[in-house]
Amino acid sequence: MKIVVGLGTCGIAAGAEHTWRELEARTGNGGPKVELAKTGCVGMCYREPLVEVRMDDGRRFLYGGVGKDQVEPLLAALAEGKVLDDLLVWTDVGAGSEAAYLARQNRIVLRNCGTIDPERIDDYLAAGGYVALRKVLAENDPDGLINLMVESGLRGRGGAGFLTGMKWRFTRLAPGAHKYIICNADEGDPGAFMDRSVLESDPHAVLEGMAIGAFAIGADHGYIYVRAEYPKAIERLLIAIAQAEERGLLGEKIQGTDVSFQVRLKEGAGAFVCGEETALIGSIEGKRGMPRVRPPFPATKGLWGCPTNINNVETFANVPWIVSHGASAFNSLGTRNSKGTKVFAMAGKVKRGGLVEVPMGISIREVVFDICGGIKEDRKFKAVQMGGPSGGCIPADLQDTVIDYESITKTGAIMGSGGLVVMDETTCMVDIARFFLEFTQRESCGKCTFCRVGTKRMLETLTRICGGEGKDGDLELLEQLAGLVKNNSLCGLGQSAPNPVQTTLKYFRSEYEAHITNRKCPAHSCQKLLTYDITAACNGCDACGRVCPSQAITGEKKKLHQIDHAKCIQCDECFKTCKFHAIVRN
Amino acid sequence: MISHRKLDFRTLHFGGEEGKLIPALQKVQETDGYISRERILEIHRQSGVPLSQIYGVATFYAQFRFHPVGKNIVRVCHGTACHVSGAKGITEALEEELGVANGETTPDRQFTLDTVSCLGCCSLAPVIMINNDTYGNLLPKQIKKIVKGYREAAGGVVQP
Repeated sequence: MKIVVGLGTCGIAAGAEHTWRELEARTGNGGPKVELAKTGCVGMCYREPLVEVRMDDGRRFLYGGVGKDQVEPLLAALAEGKVLDDLLVWTDVGAGSEAAYLARQNRIVLRNCGTIDPERIDDYLAAGGYVALRKVLAENDPDGLINLMVESGLRGRGGAGFLTGMKWRFTRLAPGAHKYIICNADEGDPGAFMDRSVLESDPHAVLEGMAIGAFAIGADHGYIYVRAEYPKAIERLLIAIAQAEERGLLGEKIQGTDVSFQVRLKEGAGAFVCGEETALIGSIEGKRGMPRVRPPFPATKGLWGCPTNINNVETFANVPWIVSHGASAFNSLGTRNSKGTKVFAMAGKVKRGGLVEVPMGISIREVVFDICGGIKEDRKFKAVQMGGPSGGCIPADLQDTVIDYESITKTGAIMGSGGLVVMDETTCMVDIARFFLEFTQRESCGKCTFCRVGTKRMLETLTRICGGEGKDGDLELLEQLAGLVKNNSLCGLGQSAPNPVQTTLKYFRSEYEAHITNRKCPAHSCQKLLTYDITAACNGCDACGRVCPSQAITGEKKKLHQIDHAKCIQCDECFKTCKFHAIVRN
Repeated sequence: MISHRKLDFRTLHFGGEEGKLIPALQKVQETDGYISRERILEIHRQSGVPLSQIYGVATFYAQFRFHPVGKNIVRVCHGTACHVSGAKGITEALEEELGVANGETTPDRQFTLDTVSCLGCCSLAPVIMINNDTYGNLLPKQIKKIVKGYREAAGGVVQP
């Protein structure tokens, strides 16, 4: 019997390391005979810590929410040959509370996530790893390989969705003695963690994809530009690089051929704009990460002036699978122009938040309701936000929109790198627009005036609206500025910064108007626009009166209290303090 | 003041490759906890990179700090998922408990409060990290107790 513990960042945050230590202590000398192993992220972040039991007869049981204290009952049940139904989330025979979560998924990128130990290359090799690289080297036909990638229809998973095979072809055809390949792992979108999970759970898949890409374009050096905020991913990548070099799968003369490929890690220093490819190149060169004018594109003039190919983590993780299984296996999935699968990081007000990998062409509703179980506390579904600060909000009315590059773009949002934040009726859309703009405004590098100043002015307007000081003409001003910022910025950051504002204005204009004309926040989220009242449920305990900093609450003890609206500063303290739900916000 | 451990930037820097300025600054921060004026001068003297360029790069990236940090670094996630799940309330509770605003350090150098864009544990939102420990699914009223744990670990009650 083998017990596997998921030790990704989510798992560790939920206490998986304590579970691991407890298991070690209890299965050590004298305890039951089991083999312990580590793995990465299974994707069910909402049920961490996750522990998988693999029986000797090949059956697999996945248990969720296995904290330190659940280890003992779990081991006791196993010793008696029983199944612990309370914690069971999935079995390979189709039972378990979360079977629906995994049943609709189609795992290509996440094929090894949560099954192999990311720190052991043998696990990856046993799962068919580096077969694709060996095949590519044996065939020695870079042009054929590029044709295969074009045929597969794989598009860049970082967000823009450019055909990966074409990008490789441009770099291959560009003249230059030295060429570079870069893996963009600077996952900066707040609310997205797909790349982190892949790097933590299956680093070799990314390395193999890079090595195949390097062979295709003729690069001998590669960089992985990874966020410094992902220490676990960095640690596991370094282990993986060392192991692959030791086995002759990276480095000089790979597998006895003339092909060499060195990979180095560069830690990002915390700048969102470095997800833009020319800014990223600047950052690797040791400069301020500011975008450059394109053309020349990196494919012809990139890192240190050499032809450079940049792909995202998820794109590279797809590559070995496509080489092993063929282009048609990949392009049979998805829609006409968007092939394969996409990984989404589900977060926000959704019941099952975590990583899902679904074939392109599935609808937003299927992802949110069928796979992720719908909205927390069964509230009303309001919108999803796709594509992070560069994306937009898609309202619940459009939940039957299918997920592919073109359909998503049509709504005004973008596919983006895969963050999907679900919002319910308690989320204020004006506040969401303000939140994203605050982010892009802070992260703007300042090179283009419209991005630097325009976003600032837009943010000021939105902050004013949320603060109850909106005025006539604000919405027109926002629309005008959005157009200007979009058209007058050099890179993707500025060009897409107005997207959250434009989409919320398009679909939730009445909410903006309610803020400005009625001074009301329909979602009851903008504090300055709330009015507080005390209902008959008040028993006169005076707890609210004691916390009120502006003495707005008066009333005799054991009698109904009142709030003086003229004195109330909407600090929310009374609402938080009242144990009898006697204070209402409107 | 920092104890002046010697760092040899010549080995880190310009081994024929200009890209080493950021790793050099990261090394300084790892050693000292922040980037001091003296260290910038040191990099400049040893590498010959113009001061303006070093300063320009260092101020561009959010990772680099120019002031000493507290013993415990409290990072509050302000990712989208945390934002919609109430990160604002958590930040306010922390600001009140520690008596400092975002980016500041308590006068006793015990805590530095930082808001960050995303810690990547979105399904546990709202999340904070103190040093390397993550706390998820938080409510503002839990903050006091969590902070207290670190205060006690520091020995004695800390005067605000």
